[in-house]
This record gives sequence, structure tokens and C-alpha cells, in this order.
Amino acid sequence: MKESHEQRRAKDGLPALLHEALGTPDDGGAKSGSGERLTHGEATSRPLQPPPPERQPRGAKVHHRRPVDHNEAAQRFIDAPRHEKMHDERLWDLRQKRDRQMHGIPEWETLRELASSIKQHTLAHLGDHLERFEAQASANGIHVHWAQDGAEHNRIVHGILSDHGARRLIKSKSMLTEETGFRHYMQGVGIEVIETDLGERIQQLDDEAPSHIVVPAVHKLRSDVAEVFARTLGTDPNNDDVHYLAEQQREKTRPLILGADAGMTGANFAVAETGTFVVCTNEGNADLSANVPPLHIASIGIEKLIPRIADLGVFIRLLSRSALGSPITQYTSHFRGPRHGGEMHVVLVDNGRSARLGEVDFWESLKCIRCGACMNTCPVYRRSGGLSYGATYSGPIGLILDPTFDRRRYSSLPFASTLNGSCTNVCPVKIDIHKQIFAWRKALAETHDIGLGKQALMKAAGAVLSHPKLYRAAIATADGALKVLPDFAVTNRLNTWTQGRDMPEPPRETFHQWYERTHGGEEGAQ
Amino acid sequence: MNARDTILQRIRENQPAGAYPLPDLPSFPFDDGGDLVACFLRNLVAMGGHYYDGTINAAMAELFPDAAVIASTVPDFSGNRAITSGTEAGQLADVDVGITRASVGVAETGSVLLVDENLISNAVAYLAQHLIVLLDRASIVTTLQDAYRRPEFHQYRYASFHTGPSATADIEGVLIHGAQGVRSLTVLLT
Amino acid sequence: MRVALFVPCYIDAFEPEVGIATLKLLRRFGIDPEYPFDQTCCGQPMVNAGCHNEAKATEELFVRNFAGFDYIVVPSGSCTHQIRCHMTAIDQTEEVRQVRERTFELVEFLHDVLKVDGFPWAEFPHKVSYHNNCNALRGIFHGSMSERREPPYSKPLNLLRMVKGLELVEKARPDECCGFGGTFSVFEPAVSVKMGQDKVRDHASAGAEYVVSADSSCMLHQQGCADRLGLPLKFRHIAQVLNGDRA
Repeated sequence: MKESHEQRRAKDGLPALLHEALGTPDDGGAKSGSGERLTHGEATSRPLQPPPPERQPRGAKVHHRRPVDHNEAAQRFIDAPRHEKMHDERLWDLRQKRDRQMHGIPEWETLRELASSIKQHTLAHLGDHLERFEAQASANGIHVHWAQDGAEHNRIVHGILSDHGARRLIKSKSMLTEETGFRHYMQGVGIEVIETDLGERIQQLDDEAPSHIVVPAVHKLRSDVAEVFARTLGTDPNNDDVHYLAEQQREKTRPLILGADAGMTGANFAVAETGTFVVCTNEGNADLSANVPPLHIASIGIEKLIPRIADLGVFIRLLSRSALGSPITQYTSHFRGPRHGGEMHVVLVDNGRSARLGEVDFWESLKCIRCGACMNTCPVYRRSGGLSYGATYSGPIGLILDPTFDRRRYSSLPFASTLNGSCTNVCPVKIDIHKQIFAWRKALAETHDIGLGKQALMKAAGAVLSHPKLYRAAIATADGALKVLPDFAVTNRLNTWTQGRDMPEPPRETFHQWYERTHGGEEGAQ
Repeated sequence: MNARDTILQRIRENQPAGAYPLPDLPSFPFDDGGDLVACFLRNLVAMGGHYYDGTINAAMAELFPDAAVIASTVPDFSGNRAITSGTEAGQLADVDVGITRASVGVAETGSVLLVDENLISNAVAYLAQHLIVLLDRASIVTTLQDAYRRPEFHQYRYASFHTGPSATADIEGVLIHGAQGVRSLTVLLT
Repeated sequence: MRVALFVPCYIDAFEPEVGIATLKLLRRFGIDPEYPFDQTCCGQPMVNAGCHNEAKATEELFVRNFAGFDYIVVPSGSCTHQIRCHMTAIDQTEEVRQVRERTFELVEFLHDVLKVDGFPWAEFPHKVSYHNNCNALRGIFHGSMSERREPPYSKPLNLLRMVKGLELVEKARPDECCGFGGTFSVFEPAVSVKMGQDKVRDHASAGAEYVVSADSSCMLHQQGCADRLGLPLKFRHIAQVLNGDRA
């Protein structure tokens, strides 16, 4: 019996793969001098390899003003089993690497508590901290701009670029510029934007949004990437070797970086004390974007503020460990002012954040440091893929952020959750994500934004369940119970249960009937 | 009202009530296994970095005998590509090996801190194919929290922790060194 | 000590033997629970869908049925979590507050209140995979959670370890959600079924013959998935195992 238990563990002590088919002896990943597999950065701790090509499922179909149909897109993702399996195993591996890092830090839970308190403090005094940041950054020679929404952000950046006659912008990954529709806008005004993060570049070339906030192309297999690169960069369509693909992107991007007129980054943190902003990456592309062209523009959400440099000691210790299960990103860069001969601009962007700050149930979502740990652990996200959410933010954090951008379109997303609570437990800044998802359901029901059918159904269920006689009568018949108990069989959607599951056996006798018949087992067969 | 004032006003109207005091930051004990330098090196290697035990001349001869273009920002080794604060980034595009000095090492993560004054031109640390970093072993601190108590973050316009070389695993989680930045990073203790 | 038994609606309807086992198990410890006759449901189906107003009358009925007892015992972590943490559609009177505080899930009641030290009548000579319902685990803290840095503990496993012959097997993902999720199972069938299938495969490849849980709802879902996949897993509520069912 001990044997079978040990089979459930890989050599490194981690539980074995759920999808054994993906296990492979080697995939050419980097190794240390002693031949041990290295797992820093975003790397998996075990080699995984999917079987040959399968078409990549695309994301949710977006209809104007209609709520996103997450289930429909999720079904298509699941129907592409190689993609789904790889996605699930890869992100679960990140979750396990995160756990290992956590176990290596005795003060882990204290650090989370500190991170949460620092963010709460900052948000409760955000006006003061922003003004201090602005004053410090300005004193350091940084030009500080403010944008109320995405459109204003795009206009400001366009203005800065126009002032410099800039035609080509290289940029590193930024969720904020996804929010503002930045690339689309720049295309319209004739400025070439080149993403330099490998995953983000893949997504840009495939004209697809990032599916994950840290690993944007995690839903793609190497065969998908080979297809995209062959189509857009002219690489060998028959070569899907990962090293080849990455090297091709490096070689083809380098001249674009060297010839760029301006560079753009986001920021992970902005420090009020010194006017510093911090960018954390693995590829070195953000530092190339910032340090090669003469002009550096950083787009920063106003919630990125922290008060002190010393606070970074807490956040940087948590960030990459939570995100990727590595102790730190390869690069953690602190920008306090323009370099010699260069020019630096910061655009502080609101885009709905100041309004969210006033929402009693939801303001703590502003603590988010965009690590993606909630996505990696989310069993729904892992099986449906980020694009199935049809929104800028996907996974658990997306469920609570997206409705603040478009309440109607994203009204369905808080229901794309089992409320299992794993997201809340992994969150390094202790956002009570699953409780906010729960609160969103309530808020949406109160304004009748959950769909009239669903609400009518719940009203009917509530009417039966609050009247003992109606309830008894309803569940007395063989399939009556199935119609009453919305938990697993709502009347007119009965068919959904049987798509991949068999129905429970109908009751022979309810507990209630048994109790009535036997007086609680006091008579008869005790 | 301009955007700035509108945003600040809306923030102040909406900021959650309550004290929410800023916590003091405690120091946590750190187990370096009894040897801070060994701990630093162990973590450096785990992050894909290399460690060279020897002089910079020996390192260059052994590791990069064929390097054609060498940009050095340290007096310990003379390169053949001049680097000054006025050097355009593009002039560093063909550098094979960059050599610089770190001001701090962090045992917890195996990181080295590079600052603009030592780099002279920041871009060299990313455009070079390979990077050699000299580090005074006395400059190794235990954790990131200790590192952030250092003055560098208040002194320099640019300061960057490098932890191993540039890396990506954006395709199927396969780890590749040399994503966009340097392909290797070697630390030499002095 | 006045103890009431709440038999959640889906146990009443689909798993009456779980209610019976709970009742008989409590009697073995000298407790003869009352069964308020007008009980129906805790309101979770509506609340889970965000419809708190629609749950109000059901919550009121629950409190009318269960006010005045010292303990209310529920063989479901999920329903206990609803009552303790989410029964907020109604005014929070002293009576409501007491009902919510005095509601205990069966495992908690045995482990923390009765502090039982054995089930000498119980024997279950099978390989068992224990399924943690997410509300039981992360809502009312049946055990330590894999995401947190905390000392390991598990109330249900502490109890099951007292059962003669029972062998626990370990899954690759011990506390991953099975995808039931209440209304989720109906409105998100694609992911719900996939999660359920992955879960039952995990039980099976861990070598389990039986899946045991403190929540019948998850097991109804998993049973449906296992049956469809043709996996020979059997499902038992922890009350049945602790009460002495041999199979």
C-alpha cells in the first residue's frame, strides 16, 4: 500500500501529474551545472509535452452589451483536450512552485498580513500618497501626467510621442494599456507599437488579447506559436522547437528595439517616499524598452502606490513567489529619474479606480499587485482558459474587476466560480476574492442584472422552500425533487446536468417520510 | 478642474474611512545555513546565474576567449569598447561581454544590485550577450528587506536587481536563458 | 442539552440514508436529537445565486424551526457554512444570531463539541479517498488548507483514523474543488463536468474504492461523473462510515 502512495509522488516530492500523458523525460529546458532542472522564472518543475497539433480554441464571442457566455467558450476550450490539459498542468505546476516557496519562508503569513495592511493604509490615504509621489518624481526630473480614463491616457501618450516626432514605440507588458485599448488607438494614429515580452508579442502578432496577466500566451501550445511566427515573422512553419521560436523572436525584435524612438513600460509599484517606480520582469525587455530609446513613458494605475522604499522588501519577497514560484523575477528595476540625456514621463491613470475606492464591498480589490496567483490556483480558470472570460482581466481577480468596467457585459462572470476560496488563500495581499465574487452576485441580483430567467427561477425555488407543505408535495414524487432543488437541477435547464454526468437515483422514500413512518427509527427496524 | 484635481478630489471623497495605520516593518530571522556567501551563491545558481572563482582576467580567458567586443565599466579590466555616460545605447548593440560592478548582493535570492553610476550606460547590462558582475563579498546582505534599507534606492536614478540572466518560459513553460537581455550572468566575488 | 437535527433538502430527497445514519450515530453518543418537522432548506440555493431577497422567507422558516436549541447538527459543511456565514437576508435578531452560532456541522460536533475518542462499532475495510467540500474546508475550517502556511490538521481525517480497517489514500490534488459549486453545476456545465471528471479520476488513480465526504452534494455530482466515465467508485457520507456501515 505504501508503494501506491509513493507512486503518487514525483521525484521532487510533489504530487504526481494528474494528466500523466503529459509527462516527458526532457524538453530541453535549462539545467544547472549539476544537471538539476532549473525552475526559476516561469519554468515548470517537470517537463511537459503535449501530443501533436490541435487547433487553438479562440476566446469568448463578444456581442455588444450581451453578457459574456463564459460556459460556451469554456466548452470549446475543454473540447481541445491538449490545450486544456497543458494549460491545467502548467498553471497547477506554478501553484505548486508557489507552495514550495511559501514553505521556505516561515514568516509567509505575516508578510501577507503586512502587505495587506500597507496597501489598506495606502488606499485609505491615497490622495496624500499620490501627491507625495508626484512631488518627489517631479523633483527628480520626471514629467508627471494624470489621466481620468483610458481615452485620456492614450491621448496623453500620443501627445508626448508627437512632441518628439516618435513613430515607433517599444513596450513591455502592461495590463493597464490593455485596459485602455492602447495598441488599437496607436494603430489608428499611425504609431507602430511593438510588444517586447515574448508572450505578449505572440499575442500581438496573433491579434489576440493576453489570456493571463503574467504569462500572456499560456493558453497556446508550441505548435500554435510556430504557426503564428511562421505567418507573421516568416519563421520555419515546421519547426516548433521552443528554443528556436524564442531565439527567432529575440533576433527579430532586437533591431526594432535599437531603432525605436520611445519605450514604454508599466509599473508594479510606485513609491511615494522617493518618486520611484518599480518594474519586475524576467526577460529584460522592460529594461531594454526603458534604457535604449531616449524617451521612457511609464503608465501607472493610481492603485500601484506604496508609501516607503522599505515596503518593497515585503512586496518583492511576495510577488514572484506568488506569481511563478521563483524567489524573485530576473529583473527588479527601480526608476527614480531620467537617465543622463534621456527623458522620462509618468502617466497616472484612474480609469474607474477612484470610483471603486468608494465601494464598501469592493475597494480592497485595489490592493491587487497583479501576480496572477489566483488565476493559477483557480480550477475554473485552469480549465476554461483566460480568453473564455472575454475581458481584460480573467480568472478570480477578473470576476471582481471586470464588472466595474462594464456591469452588464460582465454580469455573468461572477457566476463563473464555484466559490471554493482557493484564490483568497493564495492572494499575497489578502484580497478576500471569493467573498467579493459572492458579494458581486448579490449586487448584480439587486439590480436585476443576473438574467431574468435565473432570478425568476430563484424566486420560484424560494417560494417552495419557504413553505413546508409545498416543499413536501414537490419532492414527494420521483423527479419532483429534481425540479425543486435548484442546486443541481433547475427546472428548464435539467439537460445541462446530464451532459457529462448521470442523474442521481430518484428517492425511494425521503428522510422525512422515513422519519414519519418509523418515528425516527424508534419503531420498526432499528 | 483639470484631470489631476478631479482625480484627487474623487479619491478623497471615496477613500475608506478608518485609521488603517501604516505597520512597522519587522526584521525576520534568516537562515543562511551558517554561511551567507555560500547561501548567496546557491541561490544565484538556482536562478540560472554562474559563479566564477578566480580573477576577472582568468574568467575572461576561460569563459569568453573568443569575445570580440568587450565593454567594461570597471577599472579591474579594460574592454575594447569605450563606454561613457554619453554613449548611445545603439553603440553597445554588438557587445559580446559587459563587465560591471554590483553595489549589493542579496543572499535570499542570489540577486546583485546594479546602479546607474556603476553601469555608466544602463543599456549595457541588457544589450550585451553576456554579463560579468564583480561583487565585494562584504556587500552581501541577507534578505530583500535588508537590501531595501540600503541607501542606493535613495541615491541613484536607476537601480536594478539582476538575478541570473534574462529568461523566459512563455512557451509551454520551457525555460530559456537569453530571452531579450543577456544570455548569461556570471558573478565574481572580490 | 437540546439538540436539533437539520437534514438538508438534497439529503432529504436523494440521500435519506445519510440523515438516518446521522440520527443513529448521534444516538450512539447518547444524544437523541429532535427533528423539527417543518424544516426544508437553509436558503443556500438562492443565496448562492445572489438572490438574497428570494431566500429571505426560507431563512425565516429555518430560524422558526430551529430557535431555542442548544445545538443544531447538520450533516453538511456547505449548509453549515451558509447558516453560519451567509444567513444575512433576514434581520439579525438575537434569535437569529443564536441559531447561526449554535449550528454545527456533524464532524465539528463530534470532534469539537463531543470530543469523541472512538467509534468501536465502526469498521470500514476499504481504501478511502476523503473529499473536502470547499465550504467545509475553507469556510468553516475542517482542516488545514494547502494554500496556507499552517500546521497540518484535519477534523474529518482525525475521525476516520479511528475507524478500524479504513485506509486513507492520497490524491495528487487533495483539496482541489470538484466543480459542483451549487448553481455553478447548472449554469457552467462545461467546467463543472470537467472538474468533476478530473476529481473522480484523481480518486481512482490514488487507488480509492470509496470516496467519503461530509457533503452529499459534491458526491452526487462526482457520482454522476464517475458513472458516466465508468469508474467503479463508491460514495459514502462520513456519517454512514462512522455509524458502522461496512460498505
